Amino acid sequence: MLAVEKLDLFYGDAQALDGVSLDVPEGAIVAIVGANGAGKTSLIRAIAGMLRPARGAILWKGRDIAGQPSHVVCNLGVGQVAEGRQVFPTLSVRENLLMGSLLPRAKARRAQNLERMYALFPRLKERHDQAAGTLSGGEQQMLAIARCLMGEPELVMFDEPSLGLSPAMVQQVLATVADLNKSGLTCVLVEQNVAVSLRLASQAYVLENGRVTLSGPGVELLEDDRVRQAYLGL
Amino acid sequence: MIARLLRTTPTRALVLLGLLLALLLLAPMALDRYLVSVFILVFWFAYVGQAWNVMMGFAGLLSLGHALYVGLGAYVAAALFVKLGVGPWAGLWLSALLSVAVGAAIGWLGFRFRIEGVYFSLLTIAFAEVARIGFDHLGWAGGAAGLFLPVSSEGGAWWNLRGGPLFFYYLALTMAAGAFLLCAALRHSRLGYRWLAVREDAEAARALGIDVFRARMAAVVISAGLTSLGGVFYAFYYNNLFPGPVFDISRSIEMILAPIIGGVGTLFGPVLGAFILTPLGEALIAITNAVGLNAPGTKAVFYGVCLMVIVILAPNGLWPALKRRLGIPEEKA
Repeated sequence: MLAVEKLDLFYGDAQALDGVSLDVPEGAIVAIVGANGAGKTSLIRAIAGMLRPARGAILWKGRDIAGQPSHVVCNLGVGQVAEGRQVFPTLSVRENLLMGSLLPRAKARRAQNLERMYALFPRLKERHDQAAGTLSGGEQQMLAIARCLMGEPELVMFDEPSLGLSPAMVQQVLATVADLNKSGLTCVLVEQNVAVSLRLASQAYVLENGRVTLSGPGVELLEDDRVRQAYLGL
Repeated sequence: MIARLLRTTPTRALVLLGLLLALLLLAPMALDRYLVSVFILVFWFAYVGQAWNVMMGFAGLLSLGHALYVGLGAYVAAALFVKLGVGPWAGLWLSALLSVAVGAAIGWLGFRFRIEGVYFSLLTIAFAEVARIGFDHLGWAGGAAGLFLPVSSEGGAWWNLRGGPLFFYYLALTMAAGAFLLCAALRHSRLGYRWLAVREDAEAARALGIDVFRARMAAVVISAGLTSLGGVFYAFYYNNLFPGPVFDISRSIEMILAPIIGGVGTLFGPVLGAFILTPLGEALIAITNAVGLNAPGTKAVFYGVCLMVIVILAPNGLWPALKRRLGIPEEKA
């Protein structure tokens, strides 16, 4: 569904991605693992059209979308839940959700999607009138996910969805990702919680200094000595 | 559009708005010539404040050079009328067109080259200042000596925007009410939602697939076009134009006080702010004169103190606070 081929990305002179290739089959959860500064967020932002890669291709259903602006990419069905939640703090929960449905692809089914999100996340329905900034961290993350789903994406890239959440909330957010995947959503997951994300992932990639150094099925990487030493502390 | 507005606006707000409009329609019967002129100013500031609020309140773009669009609108329409005999109803289109073009140029420069926040505000000031100095030296439009519109004792024709105080009273009221309606419609449109997203967090908006550049450009262009019509009114109401006062930054600041005091980003804020500030200024002149405080700047000092008190008491503007008092809920879902 999504294939990244030999992607190079620079911030000025500094190279953030160096020949990164990866493949996301339809219906999969693909995990991207790596230390801080390895290029995980850069990769997601390049795919989402928020950063322009210098070289390489990003094929979405066979069509190269590298360098397309984010409003074009989003409207093709590539969604992202950015790091740090990024809800609109002074707007209500409901308004936040509506912001996700401004894409041409989703505008016609705005009302249905809103009901669908309320059914999926009852907490958001309870608090639909409340300013998003007053929600708890976990609720804000749910809101960020629901807001992304309002745009009817076929693939969602989650960037550190459990960052800064309580342990119970971490479980809940990751369970939500797994549930969404079961219902047909293709997912790219960047998680500090390496063990859990590898267990969820059908395929995983390890990024180091902007390069893919290791890839394979999630459970296999979980058994890999290098991964266990570097990311699991075993 | 109107139907949707009527449906989503709380009933109490609709009733109060209706009452206010009715009151203002009838008010001239009870007002003397001086008070009519004060109300004209109130409506004018409500109008341009509303126009400025589209950029600042909706899209989060602080323009400190809105006098630019007033001046361009005023000069284009006035010069066409005086020099070429083109009536204002035709001229205002060119006024708006030029302001939209200049606004688009400023916006393009700012957003294309990522001049954000206060630096964007500086850019708006720079353009207004350049226009002020330019018009000072533009002999065709009168230069520093000013541009004057013909005034005849019998008033002239309404289609040339010639008329008495009552004519301008109702014209200004229509403009203020029209801008209010337009902004209410915009606020609840898809474009309005895009603006709010961009205002709150431009990066997050981009991540959601909102074209931030286009949303911002739309805000600048609409705001500039609306403001220029305020300029056309200014020219034909005052009948004289001088680059100094028209384009000066103090005028840009004066224009944005009403929406700030009333509540940035609210629909009724600019109106409320204008209704408070303009009469306040007039009252302070009368009071300081009456008690014999004639030293220059006395009025400004008291005006400043009043502004400070208001800002301290209601940091988000007076309208959000008053709205709660009046028991007007947030909009109906």
